[in-house]
Amino acid sequence: MTATTPRLALQGIRKQYPGTLANDDIHLAIDSGEIHALLGENGAGKSTLMKIIYGVVKPDAGTLSWEGKTIQIKDPAQARSLGIGMVFQHFSLFETLTVSENIALALGDQAGDLKTLPTRIRDISQRYGMALEPDRPVHSLSIGERQRVEIVRCLVQNIKLLILDEPTSVLTPQEVKTLFITLRQLASEGCSILFISHKLYEVKELCHKATILRHGRVSGECVPSQESTLSMAKMMVGDETPVSNTYEKKQGSEVFLTVTHLNLTSSDPFGTSLKNLSLQVRRGEIVGIAGVAGNGQEELLAALSGEVLLKTADSIRFPDGAVGDLNPAERRKRGMAFVPEDRLGRGAVPDMSLTENGLLTGFLHGLVKGGVVLHGKTKQFAEQIIQDYKVKTPNSSAHAASLSGGNLQKFIIGREILQNPQLLVASHPTWGVDIGAATAIHQALIHLRDAGAAILVISEDTDELFQISDRIGAIFDGQLSPFKPTAQTTIDEVGQWMAGVFNTEEALA
Amino acid sequence: MIKLQPRREPSELMVYISPILAGILTLMTGAILFAVLGYNSFTALYTFLVAPIQDSQGISELLVKASPILMCAIGLAVAYRANVWNIGAEGQLLMGALVGSAVALQFPDSESKSTLILVLISGVLAGMAWAGIAAFLKTKFNTNEILTTIMLNYIALNLLQYAVHGPLKDPDGYSFPESAPFSAGATLPTLLEDGRVHIGFALAVIAVLIIWFLVSKSFLGFQMKVMGMDERAAKFAGYPEKKLTWLVLLISGGLAGLAGVCEVTGPIGQLVPNVSPGYGYAAIIVAFLGRLHPVGILIASLLMALIYLGGELAQIKLGTPAALTLLFQGMLLFYLLACDVLIRYQLIKVPHSSTQAQGAN
Repeated sequence: MTATTPRLALQGIRKQYPGTLANDDIHLAIDSGEIHALLGENGAGKSTLMKIIYGVVKPDAGTLSWEGKTIQIKDPAQARSLGIGMVFQHFSLFETLTVSENIALALGDQAGDLKTLPTRIRDISQRYGMALEPDRPVHSLSIGERQRVEIVRCLVQNIKLLILDEPTSVLTPQEVKTLFITLRQLASEGCSILFISHKLYEVKELCHKATILRHGRVSGECVPSQESTLSMAKMMVGDETPVSNTYEKKQGSEVFLTVTHLNLTSSDPFGTSLKNLSLQVRRGEIVGIAGVAGNGQEELLAALSGEVLLKTADSIRFPDGAVGDLNPAERRKRGMAFVPEDRLGRGAVPDMSLTENGLLTGFLHGLVKGGVVLHGKTKQFAEQIIQDYKVKTPNSSAHAASLSGGNLQKFIIGREILQNPQLLVASHPTWGVDIGAATAIHQALIHLRDAGAAILVISEDTDELFQISDRIGAIFDGQLSPFKPTAQTTIDEVGQWMAGVFNTEEALA
Repeated sequence: MIKLQPRREPSELMVYISPILAGILTLMTGAILFAVLGYNSFTALYTFLVAPIQDSQGISELLVKASPILMCAIGLAVAYRANVWNIGAEGQLLMGALVGSAVALQFPDSESKSTLILVLISGVLAGMAWAGIAAFLKTKFNTNEILTTIMLNYIALNLLQYAVHGPLKDPDGYSFPESAPFSAGATLPTLLEDGRVHIGFALAVIAVLIIWFLVSKSFLGFQMKVMGMDERAAKFAGYPEKKLTWLVLLISGGLAGLAGVCEVTGPIGQLVPNVSPGYGYAAIIVAFLGRLHPVGILIASLLMALIYLGGELAQIKLGTPAALTLLFQGMLLFYLLACDVLIRYQLIKVPHSSTQAQGAN
């Protein structure tokens, strides 16, 4: 056994960025046919390591050997010629071009004969159970299908190592299963797979080995099938952080937010129009909306926040009247607060201090008098958020952009909650946030619910929704599924809703 | 080997050093330029930058030149902070001068200063109206304000040319393209006994104070800043984007209009074809040189006025070409933009990798 050389071996990889040591003395070995998980929280150094393997970033120190030979990977083209393929979390596809055009563009000369390319794509997609039509334009594909394009792109070359960056975060539970079948088949044919994730049960189900990173260093190596998810989580976050919590489910009292027959045509030609949405959120409950990205979440959130105004004001009502035609500031005056999905560049201004970012939406709460900003109170407000929500920052004059994602998200959530909203709409509240911060954010939401606020959470993370919501539904192609109390439904049922299997159900009922 | 490396945070210090560095580099390049053109670099720079302000007369002239530049620049800074690119201060200034003159000429024998107030107000309103066209087009049709304001500059210039050659031409002026001199009531009083510096400079300083309050103390100024730095955040917070766009354009247009009407009622005293030697464009440079900050702009406008004066003096005394003034303005902006790289990046020394390896052995 010792005689086999690993397909890829990393030794002592180190990468220093200004202010952070992204990777420090990393060792990693992947054999042929092995599915190897790279686990770690955001900021643990997973992305940097992947980029080093794919030739996007050069390491400061350490060696990389490929099939026993020490090499330097200068750029992604060289990585591809070695047989390394990578599927990024955010796809790089041209929506107006077809599947085979996209693949031809991405591979350049390595795509081979363009005339036979569509046939090869069709062969590969059939062989690995990933139905894909080479001549379809990408904008007509679902997110899951787009991911297949990226994977098939890697398979068209003679692939030896496939790197997947959080591939399941954009898929429905059913699509995840199909993906895993494909990956196992690939591995059985000798392809090595580096699977990056922070979903532990997926790693346990799929991967042969795992390397766990924390703060840029390897904090553990294990065989996932022999570990519990809890023991792996401990390696990821360290001992001090509570790993998960269950919360009591509650029933709300009177209705605060009422959405009735909301129709909205998306201004983006590739956006999703909302079709006849109806929804209620009560005081003292958290309602969760699951769904795969791009099914109308952005449009629904824009309509709820007031960033897009409705012609039919009556479609969205608060207890004191219709608000569909009111701008965000006016809705805030009526008790709404909002946590957008983009932290930098929407929820916070990157180059402004935390004090100024507190004022951004906190201005309605005694921070402005007679048109003049009260500097003392504004600073105090920001400092209160930092203190109450344990935001890690040197002081309140630090720029928003200098905070880590999790810390900035805690700041934004804190800013919204400290305004005592009666309705909080939160989009992906823990997206890209480490487990410790996510737990803190969940607790803050539960606390706000128990104080009697109505809360609507839209998220792609179904597990999170099951954990915190009292009622749950899903959005698919701009339509809402029925909503059920979380305790009375299952991940499978919500997964079906996410895939659009509720229209027929409704028609029958 | 020296390498540019991104800083973790923009350097606060470089924000202030960069304009000084740009000034030094401009001087050095200027010296080389003079030498190549066959002048004594020292004499030329002295004539350009020191000689014009050696006496109180010179200082007075400096303030006269600085007033319109300062008014335009302080207004532009408000718009630029909100990410509204008003390049039309020149046209707004000319419209202020033109309409102000038209009103002033209605009172040929007035002695009363209420006439002056009426004239000044009409000049401000004309500047606002001219900028308002761009505001209307931007908020209604999402037209790019850079293009509309530049085009409006040419329209304003041609309207002015038409007026001095036509309806506003002095009937007793021997066919020169000039209006009749304004009456005493429609002329700005001077600030000091000797010299031409007039209360326009005082108005400009008051404008600086008001704008300083607006941008650094008021919530309105904060909203403008957010809109300028991050449009999506402004939208998310529900700030009235269109109203703010109107407001910043009206403020900058009004101040440019004031600059124009102060020129014709102050140092010039009548409407002439060349009211402005490009003050509205120079103000763009001044706004950036002053870091869009009221105090910085005050200093930068004095420097820009000095370049104008020095250019004229060097032309007279040394026979340098007139284009030199523009050249200095251009160099200053060029070096400023170049030096601004150092706000977000730092120069670091990278030892040669080969020597490093040897050292390790």
